[in-house]
Amino acid sequence: MPNLESLLDIGLNHYLIVSAALFCIGMAGVLVRRNVLVILMCIELMLNAVNLSFVAFSHYSENINGQVMVFFVMTIAAAEAGVGLALAVTIFKKFKEVNIRFFEQLKG
Amino acid sequence: MSVKLLFSLLFIFPLLGFLFNGVRFKSKNYKLAGGLATAAVFASFMVAVTLVVKLIGMEEGSRQITAHLFSWIHIGDFVANASFLLDPISAVMILIITGVGTLIHLFSIGYMSHDERPSKYFAYLNLFLFNMMLLVLGDNLLILFVGWEGVGLCSYLLIGFWFSDSEKAAAGMKAFITNRIGDAAFLIGLFIIFFQFGSIEFLTINSLLPTTAEVGWFGPMTLACLFLFIGATGKSAQIPLYVWLPDAMAGPTPVSALIHAATMVTAGVYLIVRLSGLYLLAPNVMMLIAIIGGLTAFFAATIAITQNDIKKILAYSTVSQLGYMFLAVGVGAFVPALFHLMTHAFFKALMFLGSGSVIHAMHEEQDIRKMGGLKKYMPITHFTFLLGWLAIIGVPPLAGFFSKDEILWYTYASPQGSKILWILGVVTAAMTAFYMTRLMALTFWGKSRVAKDVHPHESPVSMLIPLVVLGVLSVIGGWIGIPHVISAVLPGHIPNVLEHWLEPVVKNINLGEISVAAEWGGMLLSITAVAFSATLAYLFYGSSKSEMPNKISTALGPIYKLISGKYFIDELYFGKIINPLIDMSKGLWLYIDVNFIDKITYLAADFAAGCGRGVRDLQNGNIQRYAMYMSIGLIIVLSIILLGS
Amino acid sequence: MFLLSLLIFVPVVYGLMLLFVPKSQVKFTALLFSLSTFILSTRLFREFDPSRADLQLVEKFSWVKAFGINYFVGIDGISFWLVLLTTFLMPITILGSWKAVEKNTRAFHANLMFLQSALIGTFLAFDAILFYVFFEASLIPMYFLIGLWGGPRKIYASVKFFIYTMFGSVFMLLAIITMMIMTQTLDGGGGMSASLLDFYKLDIPFIGGTLINSQTLLFFAFCLAFAIKCPMFPVHTWLPDAHVEAPTAGSVLLAGVMLKMGTYGFLRFVLPMFPEATAYWSWLLMLLAVIGIIYGALVAMVQPDIKKLVAYSSVSHMGYVILGLFTLNEFGVTGGLYQMLNHGVSTGALFLLVGMVYERTHNREISKYGGLAKAAPWFTICFMIITLSSIAVPMTNGFIGEFLILLGAFQANSYLAGAAVLGVVLGATYMLWMVKRVFFGSTGELVEKYNSKLEMNWREGAVIAPLIILVFWMGLLPNHFLNWSKASLEHLLQNKNNYTLSYVTESTPSINGKKMIALKDKAVK
Repeated sequence: MPNLESLLDIGLNHYLIVSAALFCIGMAGVLVRRNVLVILMCIELMLNAVNLSFVAFSHYSENINGQVMVFFVMTIAAAEAGVGLALAVTIFKKFKEVNIRFFEQLKG
Repeated sequence: MSVKLLFSLLFIFPLLGFLFNGVRFKSKNYKLAGGLATAAVFASFMVAVTLVVKLIGMEEGSRQITAHLFSWIHIGDFVANASFLLDPISAVMILIITGVGTLIHLFSIGYMSHDERPSKYFAYLNLFLFNMMLLVLGDNLLILFVGWEGVGLCSYLLIGFWFSDSEKAAAGMKAFITNRIGDAAFLIGLFIIFFQFGSIEFLTINSLLPTTAEVGWFGPMTLACLFLFIGATGKSAQIPLYVWLPDAMAGPTPVSALIHAATMVTAGVYLIVRLSGLYLLAPNVMMLIAIIGGLTAFFAATIAITQNDIKKILAYSTVSQLGYMFLAVGVGAFVPALFHLMTHAFFKALMFLGSGSVIHAMHEEQDIRKMGGLKKYMPITHFTFLLGWLAIIGVPPLAGFFSKDEILWYTYASPQGSKILWILGVVTAAMTAFYMTRLMALTFWGKSRVAKDVHPHESPVSMLIPLVVLGVLSVIGGWIGIPHVISAVLPGHIPNVLEHWLEPVVKNINLGEISVAAEWGGMLLSITAVAFSATLAYLFYGSSKSEMPNKISTALGPIYKLISGKYFIDELYFGKIINPLIDMSKGLWLYIDVNFIDKITYLAADFAAGCGRGVRDLQNGNIQRYAMYMSIGLIIVLSIILLGS
Repeated sequence: MFLLSLLIFVPVVYGLMLLFVPKSQVKFTALLFSLSTFILSTRLFREFDPSRADLQLVEKFSWVKAFGINYFVGIDGISFWLVLLTTFLMPITILGSWKAVEKNTRAFHANLMFLQSALIGTFLAFDAILFYVFFEASLIPMYFLIGLWGGPRKIYASVKFFIYTMFGSVFMLLAIITMMIMTQTLDGGGGMSASLLDFYKLDIPFIGGTLINSQTLLFFAFCLAFAIKCPMFPVHTWLPDAHVEAPTAGSVLLAGVMLKMGTYGFLRFVLPMFPEATAYWSWLLMLLAVIGIIYGALVAMVQPDIKKLVAYSSVSHMGYVILGLFTLNEFGVTGGLYQMLNHGVSTGALFLLVGMVYERTHNREISKYGGLAKAAPWFTICFMIITLSSIAVPMTNGFIGEFLILLGAFQANSYLAGAAVLGVVLGATYMLWMVKRVFFGSTGELVEKYNSKLEMNWREGAVIAPLIILVFWMGLLPNHFLNWSKASLEHLLQNKNNYTLSYVTESTPSINGKKMIALKDKAVK
């Protein structure tokens, strides 16, 4: 009989596994999806995966720096989402297109 | 007046003349241009006379006037100053140059009166005299070389004076380039001398000369002499570089008289006489010079016989006479060489000017077959030309006789001479008499063959004065160098002034035991040969129309063709040297530059471009690809770190 | 008073200012600017003391401390005339292309100014990295000059020019870095230094007969860079294309000054830094130089395009310079230095003259000319004089240079000198043949068409007059010029194997050059 306690006793590894899973999902999305909006969301997902590991590390190593870093990441993520969405919206307005492949044409 | 000032004046007058006429080169005022130019040269002549008088006043044996104007090149041990040396040799030369130069300038005023650009012509002529004086007065080889190239340049400009005619421009170019070949050799000779003696000043070289002659061909002095001689063959139109001189007749006739007969072409002789001490130490080169001189004299004379252009005949005659001078220096007869140079300057300038007078009268006709009987129309020209004719064929007691006879005698008797060369010399003398008599007969005597629309007339006085003066000089010019064997029997013992004058600086080779009888015999023989061939020529071409010349020429067939075609030397040079060189250059350009070196660079460029093309796909702009690369890279790096640890 | 820095940077400022000058006044302003730079440069005559062989008017500021890279400029007798040549040619070039350039005049003249600055900087830099920066920086304005204002194949030519020279410079950069690393051992293990003065002190191991040893490799790395720049056979093929496509101003500066950067590099870097390798391999460079002389002359002879002919004649003339430098004796090196100036003057003038005709007829094919002498006599006179200088007729500048080089070559290797003398003949051949076909003979089709317009005007006369004066001045009184370089050259040759260069730090702010000299003289007495 496995010790349920030990299963419920959530340690660092659990967080990291979730974080890695989130990161991989996000990365897969960035790599294979064509829709700009989805890609942007996937990027958010990746960033949040990183945030999760930061917080987890911070908690278990009892070092507040990790959590500070999360704020930075969130800020950057917000900025990135802002710029990315703005670009995506502008392009959509102009060309009615959200396919990332289409964006290649912008290189002129 | 100080010597320095005199020397400066000598150069400044023609230079000013050049600048004055050069700046207003468009002016057609031939009287002003010519008058000024003549005055400039005459002023130089007077300065030269002053200097020479000064020189005569000095003590015998130390007759030298030097003047240092400014320091020109001074690098390490190499010193070449703009300094000048007047000694007996250059005194003779400078008087000839300015004296004959003045006369020819005077003649040119009339001759160029109808030309479009008289000012330009006189500017060039003055520049030429400036350079010629540099050549003979320079106290070192480099100043001599400056003049040497300078006269070549003026010759180029004057031959191509009527440049609109492509052939004349080509003749000028040919002259310059042929001269350049000689000049290049001259430079090498100069280098050898500098590295041998550490100096290029004549006085220093002479004081450092070793006492024993060199044997073989590869001693430094022999090589120096050889290369300087090659330089001289260019300037003085000897085999194999003589080809430019006949073409040089494209220039105005007074130019032919001044540059291509009296002065510039004798520069080579002057050079060798100037360095006679050095040449005596290189007997092998002396031998070569004698052979080249003798052959040039002979071959040029054969060509002269077959020519019909009055100037061409005179040109080949000049080449032939220059050959005599080289024969003379080759056998060690330096004083006779200089003597012949002087007399030749008189009578050949006279004949060229005479031919100029004829051409002027005939409205630019130069073919002697279309002349004849001009004696009637142009008595003074005829008479002076007659004097020149007598002088050149060597009729005693005219100038040419003494100088030519001296040369022949030295060729016979000198240890450097040979009997074969002597025979060659005598035969050439006979041929000279033949072609010159032919020229006289066809031009001045016999029936007139002048075209109907041409009315020959005597030239104006300004053109006749030089003729008369030169005519007188052709007669009496030889009297300053009467050989001992003749002066011994003459009343009053006229000394050999020239030899005496030159003695401190130039000595002839020692003849050893001489036989007076042989000298008289040789003299009589050559006079007989001359008289015989002159008579023959007169019979052929004189008043009674003779069929002989045609018969002989048809009988000789191919040989005549060869000679009248000037041995096809020009064709040979073009066919075997110049055209192949041009073809080769084109080949070099196309196959090495364009198709080889550039192709290699293209290959290198293509290689770089190919590499770029290979990795171009990595950057196709697809952001997901980039992300992919990044992730792959991340995975690789991570796995290395994890597996490695 | 920072004279040298002023000389380098004033043109940059001028160039920037020109970008804001009204279009109608650009040319005039540029001319004034370049004249003022020239006048500024003539102050060198007062500040520079020709009797000293050391480095003078030194300015040194730290630039990248970690690697010992400094902003280090100075002048000695070797660079003296090259700087003046640059500033002298610039106003002439601007005046010469007065009519030739009509589009983007602001950018054009600004480019010229930047180019001038880079050129002067190259000649004055005494820090290897600084030298490299200027050396490369000069490519950029020239690239634009050819690429924007050039002829029909300008892109091809400019790219070829750029890549060719860049290729060589890379090796030079490698060599410079290697030498910088070597300097760490100097002075008991101090830091790195990029100063040429420290480079001179290096004793680089050399083994004769093999290629793989540091001195030989460094020697060839530098040689390649400079040989391409000169250009030397067989890496000369960029030159004809660049010249043909470049606008007149570009050609003049390219031939007049830029090519000298290569030969200057030989004199400044190769000879003093790698004495053993230079002595060992000088035969190779002399041989290539002689091949270049003859090859350039032969190929020039058959060119159908006047400008290409002049370009190939440059190859031949620069061959003389290299031959002179690698004779390693006083005559040759002096002659080589002199020939650099001569070539700048006479080939610069030739390009200007060719440009004048081209402006009118827009054609440079020799066969379409003929009889130009009749239509444009003054122009012909100028062209003749420059031709004579180019074929080294005595009393012109060309003769002094060529003569000294041949004299030096004869001392070093008489066989090569004998071959090089052929160049004297061939030089006369290609130039005079061209003169004959263009100026003499019957009237050609272009001359007929433009007959009355061909004569040069006053502006063009003013362009060419100073060059003609210089031709005779340099030919008649070479000492006026050589005396300024003599001390430095003698110092270089006498200490061939352990060359060093020093400089006096002038702690007192420079009063007046002459006064200083006078003071020094007093002190000596």
